[in-house]
Amino acid sequence: MTDHEDRPAIIRLSHVHHAYGRHQALTDLSFEILKNELAFICGPSGAGKTTLLRLLYAEARPSSGEIAIDGTWLGDIPRSGLPLLRRKFGVIFQDYKLIPGRSVFENVALVLEAAGHRRALISKKVLNVLRMVEMDHHAGTLPIRLSGGEQQRVAVARAVVGDPKIILADEPTGNLDEASAQVVMDLLKVAYIRGATVLIATHDKAFIHRLGGRILHLKQGRLAAFERIEKHHDRTAL
Amino acid sequence: MIARHFKRALEDTLANRFVNAVTMMTIALTVMIVSAAVLVFLNASDWMSAWQQGTRIMAYLRTDAGGAAPALQHSIESIEGVQSAHFIPRDEGLRDLKARMEHPASLFEDLLENPLPDAFEIQLKPSNGSWEQIEAVAERLKSYVEIEDVEYGRQWIVAVRRIAHLFQTLGLALMGFLLVAAVAIVANTTRMVIYSRQEEVETMRLVGATDRFIQAPFLIEGLLQGLIGAVGGIGILFAGYSALAVRIEQNGLAGVVTLRFLSLEHMVLITVASMLVGWLGCYVALKQFLRL
Repeated sequence: MTDHEDRPAIIRLSHVHHAYGRHQALTDLSFEILKNELAFICGPSGAGKTTLLRLLYAEARPSSGEIAIDGTWLGDIPRSGLPLLRRKFGVIFQDYKLIPGRSVFENVALVLEAAGHRRALISKKVLNVLRMVEMDHHAGTLPIRLSGGEQQRVAVARAVVGDPKIILADEPTGNLDEASAQVVMDLLKVAYIRGATVLIATHDKAFIHRLGGRILHLKQGRLAAFERIEKHHDRTAL
Repeated sequence: MIARHFKRALEDTLANRFVNAVTMMTIALTVMIVSAAVLVFLNASDWMSAWQQGTRIMAYLRTDAGGAAPALQHSIESIEGVQSAHFIPRDEGLRDLKARMEHPASLFEDLLENPLPDAFEIQLKPSNGSWEQIEAVAERLKSYVEIEDVEYGRQWIVAVRRIAHLFQTLGLALMGFLLVAAVAIVANTTRMVIYSRQEEVETMRLVGATDRFIQAPFLIEGLLQGLIGAVGGIGILFAGYSALAVRIEQNGLAGVVTLRFLSLEHMVLITVASMLVGWLGCYVALKQFLRL
């Protein structure tokens, strides 16, 4: 199933299956996400949303089928090539995955340090993105001292700081208060308007309707339906 | 980048103080034992070398060969490695013997004739004091028909050589065992640290960090553990050495027993080896962990 717009596909799945032991988590998934597309993966708990995201950033390998990211089949990438692949992604994990022993600044800076950026540039970009998520005053704080909403904002900051081509977000507004959810939503919108492809796994319908985009409905690991909610994003506002 | 990894390694070392302290103490203990073995070996070599250089060879002539002494002396002194050959006529030999004995009267009063033969006391050149060279000179002397017997403490030399060889083998085996044990202990400690920071390492991988980027602070930690362990181990050994040296001085043995500590070169070599042990331990642990 493909989108008929002119933009090239940045994510392509071809008959992807994935099983955890005997449990079939994903079955025969084939679809494409276009470059600079805003898309949602919807479905109830256990539908396979998180598993699908894990396959995309190569945390797990599909049991069968193939996945291409930005024109490269993941099966062709050696283990040593995975860091370069992962730098194309900014991932907002459901459990945030912030490093407890490192400050907010260090957690966000990690992405840029791993990519080998210079210290001055890292400081500038990290402080800038922390300002955007209104966490700059917590730059020196350890994640454990932050609320869930604040930790989520830091996770979002880390996902966007490296200007990745693709942003994957796993329930980015789950358990967030209205204000924190709005900050996260704004940031994902900004990243999309700047040219990133954004793929969000969520069952927050209000969130989907406020952002708009293509929706992929997953049911028991199968692609059940496509849907599109049109929304105009003002790119000149940036 | 290296400065950043170094800073991270220092922070991680401080954050995991207890585990790192245990590793450093283990390395310090290993360094101390290995260094002590090296120290004993060096001093023992010094003593043996001094003893060898003082070794003299006695060549006893046949009873009828006294007339050939001047020519024989010339011939002996021309042997390679011989510094001098001093002829001791049998009468002078007996006089010397009597002078050296505490109670000569009871031993020598019943002697009807001098039982000692004429002899040569042969000094070797200081540079030719090895056991092999002493034996070579002795063998050469035995080939003279005028010489009946040659004495140079052969049994002593063989026994000392055997003991020295045994110590050398045991010392090397002990050092090898300790080094392997130290690497294993550092690897286990690092494994514990990595397991306690498994999620952190996983997160680093997921945000695009290479194995090298993840490994660097751990490997620097290993080098630091090795460095601090070496300084500690050599420091403890030096304290022990100083105490022993003071004891020797107080007991008036300073002129008899000469001691020396490890040279700067030895200390640098041991420190580098210790740092390599720390590095290797971390490398082994990381290799196993990151392969998963």
